[in-house]
Amino acid sequence: MSDRHAGPGERYGAAPGSRAADGDRTSGDRTTGGRSSADRTAHRPGLVWSLRGEGPRDVRVTADAPAMPAPSTWADARGRGIKVCVVDSGVERDHPLIGAVDGAWAVVQGPDGITVERTESGDACGHGTACAGIIRATAPECELYSVRVLGKGFSGTGDIMLAGLRWAVRQGFDVINLSLSTTRTRFAPELHALADEAYFRRTVIVASAHNTPVESFPWRFASVISVGSHRESDPELYLYNPRPPVEFFAPGQDVRVAWLGGTTMRTTGNSFATPYIAGLCARILSEHRRMTTFQLKTALYLSAANVEVAAGGAQ
Amino acid sequence: MRESSAGDGSTVSGAPAVSGVDPVDPLSGELLRSVVDVARAIFGAEASSVFLLDEAAHELVFQAVSGRGEAFLVGRRFPADSGIAGWVVTSGEPVIVADLSRNAAFDRDFAKSTEFVPDALMAAPLIHGDRVLGVLEVLDPAPQARSSLGELDLLALFARQAATALRLADDRRGPPRTADPGPSPDLAAGPRSRALDLLEDLRSVLQSPV
Repeated sequence: MSDRHAGPGERYGAAPGSRAADGDRTSGDRTTGGRSSADRTAHRPGLVWSLRGEGPRDVRVTADAPAMPAPSTWADARGRGIKVCVVDSGVERDHPLIGAVDGAWAVVQGPDGITVERTESGDACGHGTACAGIIRATAPECELYSVRVLGKGFSGTGDIMLAGLRWAVRQGFDVINLSLSTTRTRFAPELHALADEAYFRRTVIVASAHNTPVESFPWRFASVISVGSHRESDPELYLYNPRPPVEFFAPGQDVRVAWLGGTTMRTTGNSFATPYIAGLCARILSEHRRMTTFQLKTALYLSAANVEVAAGGAQ
Repeated sequence: MRESSAGDGSTVSGAPAVSGVDPVDPLSGELLRSVVDVARAIFGAEASSVFLLDEAAHELVFQAVSGRGEAFLVGRRFPADSGIAGWVVTSGEPVIVADLSRNAAFDRDFAKSTEFVPDALMAAPLIHGDRVLGVLEVLDPAPQARSSLGELDLLALFARQAATALRLADDRRGPPRTADPGPSPDLAAGPRSRALDLLEDLRSVLQSPV
């Protein structure tokens, strides 16, 4: 295992068996042909952070027919072999809805700066556990990892999150769930560069849109997969947003989630829509391990419930 | 988890100054008190509170309370890195959670010390630029208000109103509360402009389909 991407304080190589570690890279850039109505719709003025007062019919999209794997090829996938890292408040060990966590680290602010260390400390507040539970339910056979960047004693200023995300990206995890963002604009350039780095490494960052219409990062960047909430009751429904910046909507309203002490509770927010999409990414990648991040995003787009592929291909 | 407060009173109370945090002038204090009072009424909640963040002590301090406990909770402190309010401070995100009373992770001792143990709560950060100044919390909202994204939007608007009150307090004091990375664009507008923006946002939310 190479350590060329090691993070601060501890040197690890690409996550074992990950797509990055396998060197399983292709140049399979395949585009979807001419611009569709969805493309044009995307340039409507205004920003949409989440779906309010509208349903799937209001955001129906007609797409071209590209040479992409059909959703049926991953409908029964379970995420086997895909390494998903939850960058959050930690994950409770042996929660009945989560099971084993394959590796856990914490970002630590010490006298010599920020380091990343192995930890057995679990979860400080439950948020990471909630995200991990949704990922496990969506992709039951994925490998779950945790990098703790929030919790007791953390300031939430963004330094810790940035360090943890950078470390996770450089381990070569296949999918990183980031149900967090920072409003501190001074972190935006570095986060942007890191998001692009992940994109080209084929580490998919699935990032929550902020729950309120404020500027925050990194979900605003096109190199991540950004997620907000819809208000539908179908727990498996997800939608493409033809009016970005947020790109997908998933269940985030009154969601039952894993919580501390082996319990569950109901909660609402984009944080809990994001891990559903992260789990879907794991399922798709487990069947199509050579996919690039943009191919993965296209696969999600084409299989979203509100996207209809036009008969006859590109128009 | 440390969550707290609430009650059945119809009046609100607050303190003009709380040890460890910048004092709030009477007018801004009254605005904060009206925010928690209206939030409690709108959400049909048992209680509502505004906490200010004491950055030096990394503690949250009750600044305004509507409901039971209003007579003694103002000025009370708890760690800013624990509980759901602590999560809101750290993440800068609003949150709605339910089933608290059945949750093993809930700190009932602390809740009981405030004379109320909620089953559900809503909390939103008070944001100024890119800083979190405190938290607006609503305890035991009406059942129909506990799970909707629309309620999350509305709560965030009330939080903006509370944050505006704190910014007005800053304006009245003169120098900034702490070193600031620089004003966000909307800070260039005056208090009247910000208040009008808030009213427009509130109208938009109230007119949107539920």
